[in-house]
Amino acid sequence: MSAPSPMFALPARVLHWLMAILIVSMLFIGVGMVASVSETHDLLIRIHKPLGIAILVLAVIRIAVRLRYPPPPLPADLPALQKLAALASHWLLYILMLLMPLIGWAMLSAGGYPVMLSESLRLPPIFPVSPVAFAVLRHAHGFFALLLFLTFLAHMGAALYHGLIRRDGVLSSMAGRRLP
Amino acid sequence: MHEPSSPPTGIAWRWALIGIVVVGTAAAFGYVGGWLAPHRLTPKRIVDQLQQNGGMHPGYRRNHAKGICVAGYFDSNGGAQAYSRAQVFAAGRTPVVGRLAIPGGNPYAPDSSAPIRSMGLRFTQPNGQQWRTGMNSMPVFLVSTPQAFYEQAQSSAPDPATGKPDPAKIKAFFAAHPESAPFLAWVKTAKPSASFATESYWSLDAFVFVDASGTRHAVRWRMVPVDAGAPVDGSKSDADYLSADLTQRLAKGPQRWKLMVTLANPGDPTNDATKAWPSDRKEIDAGTLVLDQATAQDSGPCRDINYDPLVLPDGIEASDDPLLPARSAAYADSYLRRTSEEAHLPGTTAAHPKPETKS
Repeated sequence: MSAPSPMFALPARVLHWLMAILIVSMLFIGVGMVASVSETHDLLIRIHKPLGIAILVLAVIRIAVRLRYPPPPLPADLPALQKLAALASHWLLYILMLLMPLIGWAMLSAGGYPVMLSESLRLPPIFPVSPVAFAVLRHAHGFFALLLFLTFLAHMGAALYHGLIRRDGVLSSMAGRRLP
Repeated sequence: MHEPSSPPTGIAWRWALIGIVVVGTAAAFGYVGGWLAPHRLTPKRIVDQLQQNGGMHPGYRRNHAKGICVAGYFDSNGGAQAYSRAQVFAAGRTPVVGRLAIPGGNPYAPDSSAPIRSMGLRFTQPNGQQWRTGMNSMPVFLVSTPQAFYEQAQSSAPDPATGKPDPAKIKAFFAAHPESAPFLAWVKTAKPSASFATESYWSLDAFVFVDASGTRHAVRWRMVPVDAGAPVDGSKSDADYLSADLTQRLAKGPQRWKLMVTLANPGDPTNDATKAWPSDRKEIDAGTLVLDQATAQDSGPCRDINYDPLVLPDGIEASDDPLLPARSAAYADSYLRRTSEEAHLPGTTAAHPKPETKS
């Protein structure tokens, strides 16, 4: 076993696990609501919009935390390709968690919909009304959602690989404690 | 290197665990998203069926495809303010962009093809919130659930052999759906009217008004024409008489409807659009809808509006009517299809808008 490795800073760990729950829930809510005609369709849409804005705010904070507290280094013996994959997938995740709420907001704006976060709270539009832009943004929202889900699967698989196969302290640096 | 300390069999189990977690998560996602649940009724399946029935007409709505844009305002008299805190019901004017249409997915269908006319309205409040509603010129809907709506659409699909719906299938559907009886009784006497202006338009679905104190009131509403004259049978007229009639009437002056709100008594069904409420229910005159402009739908301001009945301002909420979320979901799917065609996105059929008609 390796020596106890440095951990992610506490704010980074809290944000990571909170946002993991929110973003994975959001992905399931998103695909579920567009494939449903029942009462859940309306309920899920009502959750989807404020949750998306919450994720946007948390993502901004998280990137600031990431820049303020650099993450612990990856194990020195990790193959270069895996290091590159780790770095690239992390930045892809950051970009997507920022981009997805913005595209959703812009898409509703372009469709001429009022962007309602609750019964009475409305956000201003961030894009001019345009059916062509709506169609492009709506498809982009779905495409990037699938990309985000696949990136999440790879991220989760890689984390488990570090924790269960390599047991190199990478998973515990985010989990906050040594794993068995 | 960090050599694994477990024996090889332990490692195999660990790999298997990773595989199970990743594949299991992907499968759950596929199930929730409907890809692994092919029998679930989805917006896509409903709209696919409507598209099959009405034919493929890129750029047009998949239902109520033939229509005309209208505009004007709603003059609230403050009468509904005690029941709903929505800004639209405070005394004063709210601008409206609407659409008058006939049912079906074919934008070239003759106006006499159905005895039903529809009115979609979008009210834009000063606070930026909107109220969108889609109403039909009949007091009750023909089914009460999304599943029954889908089956009804299936039963009236054109037979590949004849190109026309199979009467036996339609008969079988209604035999299995006794809840359609009030609609069928209405349709027996209904005639395709010669004018949009002479028709009343019903919300069909129930909604909930929320007043300033937070008290909830179950309601339905309808638009009742003012001074438009009695409906004239238009079943013998030319194919496209409705828009010409409307333009002619507007040349003489604006067309008006009273917005009548019906309050439910406790126990009145809010989840069943096939059942009218008893006629003695309290009614409120909420104000007057004034329409003074009409534009062809290919270029008019209603073209890019999805008249989703769940776009509601603070003070109006959905009821427990199961048709409402299904309408919202299916309209969204139809809207994405036609805007994608408008955008010439790959995989869509290019939109061929009808030449603009003078309005």
